[in-house]
Amino acid sequence: MSKMKKQHHMGLRALNRVSNSAIYTLLVIISIIWLIPFVFILLQSFRVENTYQVGYVIPHQWGFDNYIKLWNSDFKRWYLNTFIIALAAAVFQTIIVLCMSYTLSRFRFRMRNSLMRFMLILGMFPGMLTMIILYRVLADLGLTQANAVPGLILVSVASSGMGYYVSKGFFDTIPKSLDEAARVDGATRLQVLTKIILPLSKPIVIYTILTAFMGPWGDYVFARYVAFGTSAGYNVAVGMYSWLTNDQIDTMYTTFCAGGVIVALPVTILFLCLQKYYVEGVTGGAVKG
Amino acid sequence: MKRQNGTDPAKSSVQRKHKSPKRFFAEIGMLLKEYTDQGYLRLSKLQKFFYKILAFFSKIPAAIVGFFKNIGRYIKNGAVSLVNEFKDIGRTFAQGDWKTKTSFFVMGFGNIARGQVLRGLLFLLFEIVFIVYMITAGGYWLSMLPSLGKQGPTQAYNEILDTYTTTYNDNSFKILLYGVLTIFFIVAFIYTWRLNVKQNKLAEQFLKSGKKLSSDKDDLRSMVDENFYKTLLALPLTGILVFTVMPIVFMILVAFTNYDGAHNGFSNNLFTWVGLDNFNTLLSWQSAGGGQSYSATFGEILAWTLIWAFLATFTNYFLGMFVAMMINKKGIRLKKMWRTILVMTVAIPQFISLLYVSKMFARNGLINLTLKDTLHWISQPLPFWEDPTWARVSVILINVWIGIPYLMLITTGILMNIPADLYESARIDGANAWQQYTKITLPYMLFITGPYLLTSFTGNMNNFNVIYLLTGGAPTNSAASGAAGSVGYTDLLITWLFKITTGAESQYYLASVVGIMVFVVVALISLVVYNVLPSIKNEEDFQ
Repeated sequence: MSKMKKQHHMGLRALNRVSNSAIYTLLVIISIIWLIPFVFILLQSFRVENTYQVGYVIPHQWGFDNYIKLWNSDFKRWYLNTFIIALAAAVFQTIIVLCMSYTLSRFRFRMRNSLMRFMLILGMFPGMLTMIILYRVLADLGLTQANAVPGLILVSVASSGMGYYVSKGFFDTIPKSLDEAARVDGATRLQVLTKIILPLSKPIVIYTILTAFMGPWGDYVFARYVAFGTSAGYNVAVGMYSWLTNDQIDTMYTTFCAGGVIVALPVTILFLCLQKYYVEGVTGGAVKG
Repeated sequence: MKRQNGTDPAKSSVQRKHKSPKRFFAEIGMLLKEYTDQGYLRLSKLQKFFYKILAFFSKIPAAIVGFFKNIGRYIKNGAVSLVNEFKDIGRTFAQGDWKTKTSFFVMGFGNIARGQVLRGLLFLLFEIVFIVYMITAGGYWLSMLPSLGKQGPTQAYNEILDTYTTTYNDNSFKILLYGVLTIFFIVAFIYTWRLNVKQNKLAEQFLKSGKKLSSDKDDLRSMVDENFYKTLLALPLTGILVFTVMPIVFMILVAFTNYDGAHNGFSNNLFTWVGLDNFNTLLSWQSAGGGQSYSATFGEILAWTLIWAFLATFTNYFLGMFVAMMINKKGIRLKKMWRTILVMTVAIPQFISLLYVSKMFARNGLINLTLKDTLHWISQPLPFWEDPTWARVSVILINVWIGIPYLMLITTGILMNIPADLYESARIDGANAWQQYTKITLPYMLFITGPYLLTSFTGNMNNFNVIYLLTGGAPTNSAASGAAGSVGYTDLLITWLFKITTGAESQYYLASVVGIMVFVVVALISLVVYNVLPSIKNEEDFQ
């Protein structure tokens, strides 16, 4: 019996070893698939001999030509635009989202449920629908084309209160007894927020800032609509998209790769540094809905 | 180990569920007719699922009747409370002192006279702004709203300059926009006026009973205390009202006009109300501009949108969970590294990764050129974006590439929260890995992530970025080319909407009808899922 058991045990272990090595193989393959396009972008951004798409990845001739070309193009302006928008979004969007989610998590007031239901229903309308009118309104205010940056900030910040779900889920997990204890001690609601809740909310504040900052780097549709045809108002997404249209791709393809590297590097490094908070926010948000 | 256990519980429960189809549905039918808790508990899991769906649909007729009854009740209640409001206003006027009576015309007068200067001044300011606005502008916008403008731009010959000069008269766009704003403003004014009357009544009662009114200082203090929520919500809600609610109301109204590129409301032609014509256009079977009808195009795109949303959601969900489980498995080293590699790809802006991958698979992109010129494996480029089926499959596969890291993150945490002793006891009972997955992991995951799956499904229906940046809707569906925009096989409703608005004809009215349709579909799906899934309903449960 004991011999059988031992054999069984060894069989299990062998099986485990086989399945583990299968998993390692799979994970390596997955990692390669996921990283390879980015490695390709990096490699092609250093290609000097030609600027169009070719059937090989490793450049025959290495150099910084594409980055120099980038520096001499409108890219600087686009980058600055995007950076300003991202910075403004990170500040104002965070304030608005936190106000909204904190209120909905902590206060029980008349109309609270109707308000939440109303926003849920609002969210079911495709946001793109409102683009047409927002564009015309911004145009009347003179905030389109070359002045697109303040316009984009205004629009992206104004409606950001709708995205309160994740941070509300976080605030819901902070015990209400903390608030009540402070209230008994005579603290006002404002003091409860600034002295008790905010110090406990570092992860969600960082998460909100991070996502708000990262959003504008990929914003394409509305940015294109607002900046329509005026390079000075483009953000990186709109500007670089124009490089891959049929009439430009053959001269700008490798420049696009270089631009991609310049855009992705800082965002990715920032993201990896704050990865912990992002993971917390995302997992919490999915559970709370 | 397995042999030592006489009965295998996992197996026996499987056997128990093998009911004949007839009995399977008969039991559900019985329960639909006559509901008992016992009967419900006797059903197998699959039966419960079917029961919930069927029960939902069987409730629809009653729900519709109930809906209209409710509307009737709301109207009745609304009328009653409106009458009560008027009675109350009348009584306040009749019984009130002169301060209250004056407040009916000069808002905030009572507040100021009774010492609440701050409140009073705010009321007064609001009234002045409202009156000035209505006289200078509001009246005009409101009077033009029914016609959306009478006089379009006119051209007159200018003899001195020897040219035609254009005079712009009414502007339909502004009339509709400011008309809607004016109505919002009037509603706000009526509400504020009523508040003003109510406060006067309360203040009188307070003073009569010898209590003190709150001072300006108290009012300010309450803004950071009892009424702190109002302070916090003021800014976000104003933003939402102006930049989301108002545009949505406006665009819903546009669906009932003929607003398009040729009727832009100021520089060429005015636009006007057309009733339900646009809905008829979208849903009619008549062919549009030589191609197939709008309804056929709409149906095709809707079908693909639903298929896409379903596949995109569930491929990502299951594959993401699979990857998470692999990394989580006991004995796998470097867990953090594997996760970081995947998570890193979340950080890179989608337009870079998607555009790059889109070009990589293009006709003369890296993949085709490598296979054709460098490796000589193929003689013709593979039609990744040219063939409808290839394009659709490619889009879904690339979406998996985009989505797995995110899903991996979400599921990792939840998977680790599943109590380990559940698996332990299942192993002792002899359940194999697959059984453990279907009996423990999957039900647990589905329960917890139900709400996420719903939002992810509707999010994918409106997933503009992936489709637009990858294919731009291509390959073109030539049969549908008569319909607005150039419709392609991978177009979703949302990208179609975008193409309609940016296309040559800019049929904004059609775009807004499509937008309303998207809303209807999303709302319907949410309603069904909300009624079938257990884990969404109770918000307080999570607290």
